[in-house]
Amino acid sequence: MTALDQPPASAPWVGRPIKRKEDPRLIMGRARYIDDINVTGQLWASFVRSPEAHAKITSIDTSAAKHHPGVHAVFTGHDLDLEAPLPMAWVPPGIEVKNPPHWAIAKDEVHCVGDPVALVIGSDRYAVVDAAEQVVVEYDPLPVVVDIEKALEDGADLVHADLGTNQCHEWSLGGGDIEAGFAAADVIVERRVVNHRTAGAAIEPRGVLADYRAGSLTLTSSTQVPHFLRLFLALQLGISEERIRAIAPEVGGGFGSKLQIYGEEIALAWASRKLERPIKWVESRTEGMMATHHGRDQVAYVRIGATRDGKITAFHTRILQDLGAYLMLLTPTIPSLGAFVMSGVYDIPAVQTDIVGVFTNKISTDAIRGAGRPEATHMIEVCIDQLAAELGMDRLELRRKNFMDPASFPHETAIGVVYDSGDYPAALDLLMSHLDLDAIKADAPPGKLRGIGFSTYTEICGLAPSRVTGPSGFGLQTGLWESAMVRVHITGAVTVFTGTSPHGQGLETTMAQIVADRLGTDPQNVEIIHGDTGTGPQGLGTYGSRSTAVGGESVARATAKIADKARQIVAHQLEAAVDDIELTAGKFAVKGSPDKGMTIGEIAGAAYIPENLPDGMEPGLEELAFYDPENFVFPFGAHACVVDVDPDTGNVDVARYVAVDDCGPAINPKLIDGQVHGGIVHAIGQALFERIHYNEDGQLVTSNFADYALPSAADVPSFELDRTETPSPVNSLGVKGIGEAGTIAASPAITNAVIDALRPLGVTYLNMPLSPMRIWEEIQEAKS
Amino acid sequence: MAGSVRVSMTVNGAQESADVEPRLLLVHFLRETLGLTGTHVGCDTSNCGACTVHLNGEAVKSCTLLAVQADGAEVKTIEGMGQEGELHPLQEAFWEHHGLQCGYCTPGMIMASADLLQRNPKPSEQEVREALAGNLCRCTGYHNIVKAVLAAAEHPTAGSASPPAPSAEGRESGETVAGQGLGA
Repeated sequence: MTALDQPPASAPWVGRPIKRKEDPRLIMGRARYIDDINVTGQLWASFVRSPEAHAKITSIDTSAAKHHPGVHAVFTGHDLDLEAPLPMAWVPPGIEVKNPPHWAIAKDEVHCVGDPVALVIGSDRYAVVDAAEQVVVEYDPLPVVVDIEKALEDGADLVHADLGTNQCHEWSLGGGDIEAGFAAADVIVERRVVNHRTAGAAIEPRGVLADYRAGSLTLTSSTQVPHFLRLFLALQLGISEERIRAIAPEVGGGFGSKLQIYGEEIALAWASRKLERPIKWVESRTEGMMATHHGRDQVAYVRIGATRDGKITAFHTRILQDLGAYLMLLTPTIPSLGAFVMSGVYDIPAVQTDIVGVFTNKISTDAIRGAGRPEATHMIEVCIDQLAAELGMDRLELRRKNFMDPASFPHETAIGVVYDSGDYPAALDLLMSHLDLDAIKADAPPGKLRGIGFSTYTEICGLAPSRVTGPSGFGLQTGLWESAMVRVHITGAVTVFTGTSPHGQGLETTMAQIVADRLGTDPQNVEIIHGDTGTGPQGLGTYGSRSTAVGGESVARATAKIADKARQIVAHQLEAAVDDIELTAGKFAVKGSPDKGMTIGEIAGAAYIPENLPDGMEPGLEELAFYDPENFVFPFGAHACVVDVDPDTGNVDVARYVAVDDCGPAINPKLIDGQVHGGIVHAIGQALFERIHYNEDGQLVTSNFADYALPSAADVPSFELDRTETPSPVNSLGVKGIGEAGTIAASPAITNAVIDALRPLGVTYLNMPLSPMRIWEEIQEAKS
Repeated sequence: MAGSVRVSMTVNGAQESADVEPRLLLVHFLRETLGLTGTHVGCDTSNCGACTVHLNGEAVKSCTLLAVQADGAEVKTIEGMGQEGELHPLQEAFWEHHGLQCGYCTPGMIMASADLLQRNPKPSEQEVREALAGNLCRCTGYHNIVKAVLAAAEHPTAGSASPPAPSAEGRESGETVAGQGLGA
């Protein structure tokens, strides 16, 4: 038996809602985000950006800017002698993908508003902005493409003329006999499901500090992926990887928007090498809205077929994905992530997803919280309500009738994805125990239309089993394991280096709880170091709800190695058998004699002053583990939303939101609840308020927080949360991810609630965003 | 720097003076001239509230004021709210109730909440939500922020631990700023 299989100590830290270790520095204003870090000799950067959505650059005059006081240099796209265009790393397999070059600074043509065309470097933060305004760029405007359906028509204007088409790629994933499935259906419901473009909108803007000195580069960036960043800096700049240190300092939220290799990171590194000076840039919010990748932006044609008695026989979607102007790090793969769980929590014999990627003159789409799975979940969960209405069947009864059988797990779906564990009826039962539907309907405020909406969901996360995602599997050119290094100091204090790069998730606390139980210590004595390629082992960062399920498991495994060694040391020193040493009440002790044992501090002392170790044992107490999961993990749950719609104004008020989520055994319930709260509001934002809007000229209309409506505290209610805990068999902790689940689950629950409210008026279907104007217009149309 | 002007103000109880460009934002004066980086910048439009500080006892968005407008004023930032071992009740409550995740909006949230509790020591949930509508958070969904503020309101000194009452002169300056629509 290894320590990994041993039950934790008698009063485990895992499961307790302890306060976060990371909070003191944050609540006192003592954290160090990118804009809080300055180095000696530092210069500032400002980018000149295209005001045109699509244009040839005919000339750039930098002379006035170069003479502006304090300016050191002005560079244009042709000045940057980079090894390669910006990277696109993940490609759906087995297909041709058109990948137009995307340079850190545009060279001859701009393809979206915000494309950088020049870089101004100077000694003062304000002066470089003044100087950037003096760079004179002449553009020859080209036709602009904003509508993906028009973009695919014959003779459409082209985003990239040399490609001869706006279609980037086509990719399909299916299983079961889809034609037979629809042939067996008595009822087929078809809907056009629009999932509009949104921004990640982390409250901390992006920023970069590049410091090239004597042949080595240190690049500090507000990123979720410092290790990817180091790799691509090496490839872009032709610097050997060991001479690059990438650091993610305190990072103020990401939501996928900082899972990227951005041109600003590359351009600043290049300029720092060129000028041999450290250079810093921090985006303004307006820059961020136009130059930080967006998410979602699909039009899907969805068909769902069922027998008259409510057995779903087939589910087909054709997704048009707005990719924007370029393929960034994961751009073309995002809709494919949804295809893996397109049938949701239902046992559907035939499922088919056909994806078409389309270029437009907008900033690229890429991963934003949920990345493909919110879109997929929205399709199935809204359409199952539509199907229920068509069948005249209760929407919960229809769901229950098609749930995967809890006894069937691990459950292989029609497309061959194996869901690890789940009990969907139990989650829905628990949800319904919190709801008295008749009373809720009866309590509607006077003059308001009350609706109740549901969503029963699963998602695929814990990225990812390399065998599935890698070159011979799905085809990604990357492994998706994670690493951890655990160091027990001679005092018994513990430092853990993780390859994940948390930015708000509370991993310092979660991981410390995992470690504390396995070494008989207190989480206060366990420090988690992350986000620095110069200090820890190789890692892959934080995204895809992987940091606990993959990163946490690697921490558990490295700690288990420490515990194994500890038991050997104790057995040797106490002259007992190794198998008789167990961790009890903070001591590695002889079974049955809890007093006869050693604390981790005493063991570390023995390991570092190695005068009495077992023969051949190395001194020290430090272990490394790499963990590559066997499968993804599949969190699930059931959400309910109660809305009150004002029929006169179209305004939607979320009156109640009740959610049951299952991410396996809770390590820290307080942090899990926090993730769910934030996830739900992210989805409420998309469903009711947020929309990135480019007008027909490709101008970004929603370019700041005055025009892009993030929900505020006054726009949302408090939440009622509950949990079921179905362990995953994939990892020893039994855990699944929770960072994206709320966002994945919530948008259909809200949409279904609004449709439920409006049905009495004859409105039977709606697409997001459910703005007052859209709802009011639908009501007027239904009336006439 | 052409045409710099001298500004003096009391920041977290300490007298501070510097020669600055007239266009220097108060938030940059605090962050870059004084090195008080706990006050953050999250937008260009006074929507996010990450830069909220107290000016003469009232919450203002320091990205929307020039440093020169705060000349002679009393400013309090997150660094002045509490120290290790003696946290402000709001800081304790945000910690206890998991009212923060990435922490970027947190200093502004705490300063805006302190302003609320000073004016309204026992707010309702709805009053807390409305008072914080000018401070955006993307992580928490606000649930635990609201819970934290309501919990802090139970603490006997949550309101009184806010900055000392402004002087008559300071009050006038604050009202002038507010009257110009430059504040929160």
